[in-house]
Amino acid sequence: MTVRRIGSGGLFWLGLFAATWALSAYSFQIYKALDARWVIRFPKGWQLPLERRISDFLDWLVDSASFYFFSFKDLTRAIAAVIEAPYQFLRNLLIEGFVSGQGDSAVQIAPSLSWIAVIVTIAAIAHYARDIWLATLVGLCFLYLAVFGQWDSAMITLASVLIAVPIGAAGGLMLGIAAFRVPLVERILRPVLDLMQTVPVFAYLVPILILFGFGPVAALVATVIYAMPPMVRITIVSLRAVPPEIAEAGRMAGCTRRQMMWKVLVPAATPSLMVGVNQVIMLTLNMVIIASMIGAGGLGFDVLSSLRRLDIGGGIEAGLAIVVMAIALDRASQAFADRTMRHAPGGNILQRHPWTGTVVLVIAATLILGRFLPAVQSYPEALTVTTGPVWSQAMEWINVNFFDTFEAIKTFILQWLLLPVKKFFAGIPWAWGIIATGLAAWRVGGWRLGLLAALLMGFIAANGLWAKAMVTIYLCGVSVFLATLIGIPLGIWAAERPGAGRVILGIMDTLQTLPSFVYLIPVVMLFRVGDFSAMVAVILYALAPAVRYAAHGLRAVPPELIEAGLVSGCTRRQLLWRIKLPLATPHLLLGLNQTIMLALSMLVITALVGTRDLGQEVYIALTKANAGQGIVAGLAVAFIAITADRILSALAEGQRRRLGLT
Amino acid sequence: MTKPVILDCRDVWKLYGAQADSFLATHPDPSPEQLKKAGLIGAVRAANVRIHSGEIFVIMGLSGSGKSTLVRCLSRLVEPTAGEIRFEDRDLLRASEAELIRIRRKKMGMVFQQFALLPHLTVLENAAFPLDVQGVGRKTREARAREVVELVGLKGREHYYPRELSGGQQQRVGIARSLAVEPDLWFLDEPFSALDPLIRREMQDEFMRLQNILHKTIVFITHDFDEAIRLADRIAVMKDGAIEQVATPEQLVLNPATDYVAEFTRHVSRAKVLRAASVMEPVGEGRFAGDVPHDAVIEDIADRVEAADRPHRVLRDGAAVGQITRAAIIDVLVGRA
Repeated sequence: MTVRRIGSGGLFWLGLFAATWALSAYSFQIYKALDARWVIRFPKGWQLPLERRISDFLDWLVDSASFYFFSFKDLTRAIAAVIEAPYQFLRNLLIEGFVSGQGDSAVQIAPSLSWIAVIVTIAAIAHYARDIWLATLVGLCFLYLAVFGQWDSAMITLASVLIAVPIGAAGGLMLGIAAFRVPLVERILRPVLDLMQTVPVFAYLVPILILFGFGPVAALVATVIYAMPPMVRITIVSLRAVPPEIAEAGRMAGCTRRQMMWKVLVPAATPSLMVGVNQVIMLTLNMVIIASMIGAGGLGFDVLSSLRRLDIGGGIEAGLAIVVMAIALDRASQAFADRTMRHAPGGNILQRHPWTGTVVLVIAATLILGRFLPAVQSYPEALTVTTGPVWSQAMEWINVNFFDTFEAIKTFILQWLLLPVKKFFAGIPWAWGIIATGLAAWRVGGWRLGLLAALLMGFIAANGLWAKAMVTIYLCGVSVFLATLIGIPLGIWAAERPGAGRVILGIMDTLQTLPSFVYLIPVVMLFRVGDFSAMVAVILYALAPAVRYAAHGLRAVPPELIEAGLVSGCTRRQLLWRIKLPLATPHLLLGLNQTIMLALSMLVITALVGTRDLGQEVYIALTKANAGQGIVAGLAVAFIAITADRILSALAEGQRRRLGLT
Repeated sequence: MTKPVILDCRDVWKLYGAQADSFLATHPDPSPEQLKKAGLIGAVRAANVRIHSGEIFVIMGLSGSGKSTLVRCLSRLVEPTAGEIRFEDRDLLRASEAELIRIRRKKMGMVFQQFALLPHLTVLENAAFPLDVQGVGRKTREARAREVVELVGLKGREHYYPRELSGGQQQRVGIARSLAVEPDLWFLDEPFSALDPLIRREMQDEFMRLQNILHKTIVFITHDFDEAIRLADRIAVMKDGAIEQVATPEQLVLNPATDYVAEFTRHVSRAKVLRAASVMEPVGEGRFAGDVPHDAVIEDIADRVEAADRPHRVLRDGAAVGQITRAAIIDVLVGRA
């Protein structure tokens, strides 16, 4: 039975590929022969008017929608006001200082927190979360920001993060709790979360831009929306993961529903909830950087404007500052997740809270000293180190000396990989593309999946986005292929050699904490704009899951099976190919799935370096503030992601069942 | 057994599966075959249990026999599909949410197999948790928590966190927590099953010591027949959701009601279970080597009776009710009885 299936399965895939290839290669001839232009182009007359409908709806919302007592505009203004007030307070606290009065007559009441006070505070928090070493690391990271002249931008970014994280984490927790308690809420939330995770970030920047206008508030709203879904998911999962006996212990103690949630379930789930908060922080940082496009300001804006000016040094400087900040925030919040309950020390209030005491003292001292010594208040400009010129020169040197090498690599890959693949995908007639995707999905996961995949692809074609979608698929496909080709061997290496593994996985962890924007900088510097640059950036960004899942899958192979292999006299190579890799396939497939998801999300951002795919469509929509166009193109990307996700999950599931690992 | 019945469970059913309620309404007493055909799982089937004040009632069964579900029905952690449960003459199944919370706060305590301690609270805070939930002030509840923590032998570790304790110590905390509200009815769900054999033995002794002080009414769940025999006043043996037999350990061994129960009792060391009255013969003529009480366990008197040339006299309330010979003891010890 199994043998027959594999045989016919091979034939099926071969046939599907051959048909697709033939239709792709000869689509133009077919169109000429039949004189049917619809073969290669989706007829304009059949296009759905979705774009315009969405735009009209948004216009209506902004202009004339009202709910009895207030208009929609009042609602967005109220939300904006609620966010604006604390944000402005933080900006005053960290950057501008507090003033009373307007314009020239403004009088400063209190200065902002001095750079010393901020560094000490953040180090104290790190010490509370773990130990003195983490405090040193985090302190040095922030010192870096001061010394290298990134302080003000970094504080703007930090203020946004500090506003968005509590809203995102608390909102996610509440929604998660609601979904945990009320099954109906979960049934509604689940598809929304799925969609949110796959719709590219640029796509919802557009409607938010229209609703809230250009500026930090719109950026914060977008950030919160972007960072909340994982918190909702993690809340649901970790509340479910609380051992049933603990919940029963709570009930037997006579807890009311409220006590049950806040005294038993949430505290018992806290370690996993903190993992969610860490994710919220990292996603927030990522989004705050991206949202500089709609007025968030800060480090992201610096990167963006340097990229636009092709100011190599400035871009790298700001990029490094983002990296440093990401590492500091990630390590500190992870430490909170790992933090275990400790015994409170005794003694008087200063002995019990040495760090709180120190922080208060330092803040007070710098407040007073800052009046007389400006260097205490803000880091002296004369002492800042500018690395911009160094980076520019280094880049110049690389470009002068290695230009030919890079150019040769680029041309080679373009000619032998990118262009042929692009031609293949671009040639596929839309009708066959829909059918072929449906057939593939049907083969893997049954007729429901097949129908879903065909419908999703049909949506893309029906909105006239087929050609751009094919460019997205081709770029994504090539990048994922290369990322897997690099990532899986790295993962195998990491799994086989623990020493190398620590280093590799450590690097991957750090790579994954970096905001996606940062990846564009070196790529643009070295390869300028175009498909090749986009591909390199996507590979860098999407590499981590391929490596991680491969390493994890190999390590998760049951030791008895490896022993059984050893006893049977397997060589190392046989052990790897005959036992470990086959058993790790479900993990490898999941890793592939994650790689595709990351690749798609990065691909949209690479629109900034000039790709001509769905990402570009979204980006254009953003610059033109065309909500309909942005949302439809965003949905198209999401549908590609969902199709890939469902097909790969079904494959992994089938594989797991075949191996008896369920 | 003339003690009052504290918990009376009549014809309780718990079925899992779609439309379990309506199925039971149309089939009042379904057979296992009928259940299987309807796609239902009979976790508890027609269970009748009466628990008397002050006794240790053990529910014994292998995994999947429904013992854990039954005890959760008794405490209404699981909603039974049908049946009646009366606790201190109140219908527990009709109790409102608020009433149930009150009953659990004041009258019930429960110990769990995996301890179920709250990881973010110290030993003292865990023990004080049920009182905290009731809104008892910090001073009062911590004083009470200190008492129970000391009672279970953890004095000096009040400020440890659960993860800093061994399994046996964690279960002591679980016991302390369940005792903090001075419950009338004490549920123990396989409390020692997650512990090493040596520790388990020690905890059983500890448990008997506590019961000698406290005289609680206890429902004790276990899959370990030896443990059941050691601790129980009465045992209910469960299989496939139904109770096979409810009896004292001695009766179980002497008169197993079903083959299944017999299979369990076959390998039990009878000297540990049987009492003098069960193996005695009518009082004969002649002299006796000594006296033994009628409810003495054979294991405890074996040495004495076996060493003597003459039989021992068995006494109940000071009167001789029979005699016990060396041959009878040897029969028990080699398993002939």
